Amino acid sequence: MNIPLLYELVGVILLGMGLYSLVVYSHPVRKILALNVSGAGVFLFLVAAADRTSGPLPDPVPHAMVLTGIVVAVSATALALALACRIHQVSGTAPLTDNEPE
Amino acid sequence: MSLNDILRPMNLPAWIISLPLLAAVVAVVLPRTGRWVSIFIAIITPLVVFKLCIEILVHGALQMQVGGWQAPLGIQMYADGLSAAMLAMTAIVISCSTFYARSYFSAKAASPFFWPLWMFLWAALNALFLSGDIFNLYVTLELLGLSAVALVALSQTADALSAAMRYLLVSLTGSLSYLMGVALLYAANGTLSIKMLATVGPASPSLPAAFALMAAGLIMKSALFPMHFWLPPAHANAPAPVSAVLSALVVKASFYILVRLWLMIFEPFINPSTAQLIGMLGAFAVIWGSVQALLAKRLKLLVAYSTVAQIGYLFLFFPLSSTPQTAHTAWQGGLYFVFSHACAKAAIFLAAGTVIYAFGHDRINKLHGIVRRMPVSMFAFALAGVSLIGLPPSGGFIAKWLYLNAALASGQWWWSGLIILGGLLATAYIFRFFSRAFSYFPEVVEGRPVPKIMEWTALALALCAIFLGLTAPAVTELLNAGKPF
Repeated sequence: MNIPLLYELVGVILLGMGLYSLVVYSHPVRKILALNVSGAGVFLFLVAAADRTSGPLPDPVPHAMVLTGIVVAVSATALALALACRIHQVSGTAPLTDNEPE
Repeated sequence: MSLNDILRPMNLPAWIISLPLLAAVVAVVLPRTGRWVSIFIAIITPLVVFKLCIEILVHGALQMQVGGWQAPLGIQMYADGLSAAMLAMTAIVISCSTFYARSYFSAKAASPFFWPLWMFLWAALNALFLSGDIFNLYVTLELLGLSAVALVALSQTADALSAAMRYLLVSLTGSLSYLMGVALLYAANGTLSIKMLATVGPASPSLPAAFALMAAGLIMKSALFPMHFWLPPAHANAPAPVSAVLSALVVKASFYILVRLWLMIFEPFINPSTAQLIGMLGAFAVIWGSVQALLAKRLKLLVAYSTVAQIGYLFLFFPLSSTPQTAHTAWQGGLYFVFSHACAKAAIFLAAGTVIYAFGHDRINKLHGIVRRMPVSMFAFALAGVSLIGLPPSGGFIAKWLYLNAALASGQWWWSGLIILGGLLATAYIFRFFSRAFSYFPEVVEGRPVPKIMEWTALALALCAIFLGLTAPAVTELLNAGKPF
């Protein structure tokens, strides 16, 4: 088994683990962490996909995508954490309330 | 440099994205000035979009490399008739909602974050409709999702914050799933450009997986049944102009991406039963959304569930376009649904916002006889309702007519039954509100006065939904310009 394929597989497994935790845990911070783990999985896959060129130099495009993706992930995490704090302040409980508006 | 140089056709896409972006930046730094700059931009940008539409009608699709950098590292923008029509729809809805928002927020203590987020949302939508590669689409999807979530959270109530959080989690999961699809496509084909992907030869083994991931992510973001659970609370709890734009435009953005990818890349390689499956989900959405709208106690929740139902119609595009003879009719029908629903639903949400503004609540049971207090808003509501139900001569009628034709011509009569049933259910939930709003009630309902502009912007959008039915030839001509097939 070659190394990039191993990385790609690990990336897919991380994505799956993150999505599983996202569904299973109810605490918002856990959900946010789960999304970050999934994101890391996708990024790992992309980094490994840079190996697709035959020469000694890797393909730069996936690396550019990962850099952009990290910027997006940081901003999204910041917004999510800010929202989680605000919900805690307003409602006093961390987990999301399940009642729909009547 | 003359005005003609600045507005050269090649530069139009860049202006359409950077004008709202500029307003957003000004609004972050100078909140008071930002409000007026935003309103000014809301007048200018539609004119630029109009010029782009004319340009595309005359000369066909436009392509542009940002900063002269070639793909794959440069950003590629692409505008054909479909993009131009989506941009025009966005410009009309946001422009009207901007004037509405000015009055809606001036009375309340306006949040300093509204105008920057509002303009960021517009810039993200415009960039999305002009993107020519699948990774750029991911970035614009995220920008759109983040600004939409922040706008929902502006309501500041516990319900709105919870709804925003759920919306954010769904939105991020959807984009991640989409991004994984992008990664698979890139790993297999070595390109991100939609045009180049459209011409790649035989299907790679990972193509169905890439489609499944992208479709799942985009379906979550479009709130197709059964992934609609986040939409009603988010759209019902947001401030009125935000609800209007979320329902009218934001859910359509991910549908637009799915349609474009389906037509240009995936359709030949994907098992046709997938299209039937997506159509089934659409059918469930029509029925489930309509029934929930019938049961809703609050007006805005009724309207939000109506969006769930109308989203279902959009996805009937996939099964109806499955035969070559009906592909074109189904395509036009689906986009007609997008445009007429955008105008009609924005009008209805604005009118519902006016009701809340005047009476401080939107409990349907306590809104007897309000037509005497706000005749213009209720007229707008009625006209938009005509389009949602699908009565002639509205845009909604043309959409259903095209769909019925496609259903019968492709021998899939069962979809026509669903379309008629959906129309009946829509009549029921619209009239459930009307029977109270238009009932005669001896004493006049108490409420605070409503600025005229809030009533007239809703009416303008409702009239657009009706006129879409009368201007069908012009719209279809624009859609066919540089058409994707």
